Amino acid sequence: MRYIIVVMCMLAAQAGWAQEWEDRRVFNEGARVALRIISSTDTVLFAPLIQTFVAQNPDISIEYLVTGTADIDRRFRDSPAAFDIAISSAMDLQLKLTNDGFARPLENVAHLSWAEWRQSLFAFTSEPAAIVINRAAFDGFAVPQSRQELIEALRARPDVFRNRVGTYDVRRSGLGYLFATQDARASETFWRLMEVMGALDVRLYCCSGEMIDDLTDGTIAVAYNVLGSYAQARVEALAEAQDALEIILPSDFPTTMMRTAFVSDATTQPDAAELFIQHLVARQSKAGSGPHALPLLNGPQNRAERATIALEPALLTFLDTLKRNKFLEEWESALIQN
Amino acid sequence: MVSGSLRNRLALTLIGGAAVLALVLFVVVRNYAVRVAQQGQDNILVASATSMLDAAAIRDGVVEVDIPYAAFSMLSTPADDRVFYAIFQDGTLLSGYGDLSFSTGPAGANRQFQTRQMRGARVRQISASRTLIGANKRIEVQIVLAQTQDALSETLDQISRNAALLGIGFFTLAAALSFWASLATLGQLNKLTTSVTRRGPQDLSPFKKPVPREMAPLVTSLNSLMGRLDHSLSQSEDFIAEAAHRVRTPLATVRSYAEATLQRVDKEENREAMRSMVKAIDESSRAAGQLLDHAMITFRADHLEREDIDLVDLVRDLVLRLTPVAEMKDLSLSLLGDQKVPYAGDPILIQNAVRNLIDNAMKYSPPDSAIDVTVVAGAPARVTVFDRGPGFPPAEIATLTGRFQRGQNAANTIGSGLGLTIAQDVATAHGGCIDLSNRAEGGACVTLSL
Repeated sequence: MRYIIVVMCMLAAQAGWAQEWEDRRVFNEGARVALRIISSTDTVLFAPLIQTFVAQNPDISIEYLVTGTADIDRRFRDSPAAFDIAISSAMDLQLKLTNDGFARPLENVAHLSWAEWRQSLFAFTSEPAAIVINRAAFDGFAVPQSRQELIEALRARPDVFRNRVGTYDVRRSGLGYLFATQDARASETFWRLMEVMGALDVRLYCCSGEMIDDLTDGTIAVAYNVLGSYAQARVEALAEAQDALEIILPSDFPTTMMRTAFVSDATTQPDAAELFIQHLVARQSKAGSGPHALPLLNGPQNRAERATIALEPALLTFLDTLKRNKFLEEWESALIQN
Repeated sequence: MVSGSLRNRLALTLIGGAAVLALVLFVVVRNYAVRVAQQGQDNILVASATSMLDAAAIRDGVVEVDIPYAAFSMLSTPADDRVFYAIFQDGTLLSGYGDLSFSTGPAGANRQFQTRQMRGARVRQISASRTLIGANKRIEVQIVLAQTQDALSETLDQISRNAALLGIGFFTLAAALSFWASLATLGQLNKLTTSVTRRGPQDLSPFKKPVPREMAPLVTSLNSLMGRLDHSLSQSEDFIAEAAHRVRTPLATVRSYAEATLQRVDKEENREAMRSMVKAIDESSRAAGQLLDHAMITFRADHLEREDIDLVDLVRDLVLRLTPVAEMKDLSLSLLGDQKVPYAGDPILIQNAVRNLIDNAMKYSPPDSAIDVTVVAGAPARVTVFDRGPGFPPAEIATLTGRFQRGQNAANTIGSGLGLTIAQDVATAHGGCIDLSNRAEGGACVTLSL
């Protein structure tokens, strides 16, 4: 009986953990200095960076905790001392945390001025939002290359796409909200696309991963504003996905996000944390420093071609309560039509 | 005698002034820059707050503020300044940062600037408001917008550095100019000094070269001083000539009368008295002559004018003139030495000196003895007079050239005590000296080295 209780408690703890974090992994356990990183990047994509770091710094161990971008913001504000480094793809939330004084300025990190803010927030990837399609749904039809063409394709065969288009639920996903607001800022096409998708009973996702899962197995035919890097990783990892998926960077205005990292102002390990940021920035800034799971900053494409979201105070705009409420209201009225 | 330096005083005053000016320049430029930079930040804050207020509207009785993306975008700075904002509806926070509070400006002003500390940084804050008129109520929307001043202080640091450089540059230039100006000004004074120093001893003519207006009074005073000096010098020269004439002529007349009377007087005691008289007159005449000679020599020596002469010619002339006198005393006077001794000097002075030496020799020589005058060329040229007299008292050789000094063995001889003094003065004026000695075989030897 006692044994069963212990097992149940363990299971409960496990479940609690699982609820609390999407993923948790400790690298180089037992080292003298321990760093806690809270991140929105899947462990599999980020692990190579940590492994090369702990190989160079054997006295530092890293606990890597994965959760959603909105959750990172919430948890970090609740207990800034609990984490040494925060990594997120939601640039606006990261910038607001920095603006609010949660980030520590790092003197010894040399970085391009457009890729850092206040010498505290450092960008280390360039990742475009992509349209990803399941090739099967477009067999014999032209593959749309822009939002306009996607609208036309969806309108042409509503029976094929009904309940088979997906995008971020911007109410839950920080990154989805960032992409949506930036798209809305850039063009009216976004709202027409949302209306078309709303009319087709769009499926809403919290994360890129799940969207790609559903795309791969054919549950949905089109996903809008998926992180191209995640889709690419899946294509490279799975032969099945390679056949099924096609990644399209919209030719009209590809919205590009930069993943950012900062060191908590309340960290107890400022030197180790700064060392990690240096490592991160250095490895992600230049090609040829080994295999890269994450896209490099500046990426293989020319930066000028893509509309990279700028690290500037303007990112605070859509985080304003009034502005956010208004935006969500419009988004809901466009997308959720029943 | 020297109280401070005019140049230093001038340069110090100018440099001090330049330093003060440079400091003033720095402070003024910096303050101006601070105002301009602050004005720049304020203008952007106004624009941003205004664009936010403009986006406020009442919809269905609810205040909506659709913040334009540009409102925060325009607040981007090179130093990535932090931005804080708050939106209030009639004093109640609608959204933004709760630690900002609206501050009402003076009545009538619809915006108010403040500089204050917030979250560990200095921020510039604007409070602005706008009244929205709804269907049945008036709502005041208030916006507080704050921005840190990192970029501003970076700019100010840079401006301060530039202003400091400007000030230092200005100071350096001004200091160099002050040195140059003081040198140039005092150069005029130096030029005047040099032309005064370079003047010949007789040149008392006024300065005619143009001088700066400020120095004109000095030159005028100098010229008038020199005019008076010239006048009094020529007066004293005239006086000497006049005195010589006035004293010598009556004495000569008295002497000739005494001589004539002596011829007519038969009584031995009267003749004796007359001879004493003539002797006294001779002594007076000689003394007066020597006094005048001395005065004349002192004057001429002060204003020595050299001309090219032949010493042998000069001395021969003198010997020929004195030979009759010598013969009266049964002395033989002979000129020895080089044939020609060219020399640059004042002939009147040299003649006077040599004549005094020969006179002395004649006075102290015993009858039927010889006096030798030797002129030898060289550097210095020398004129030596030998006699066969008693010589100088060895104890007094050093003091005999003093004024009115006479040897102890000279009490019975007519003399004023000025002869050697005159010779000495002449030698000194020509940069030479006089040397007294006694000859081993008896007699004095005086050497005039020129």
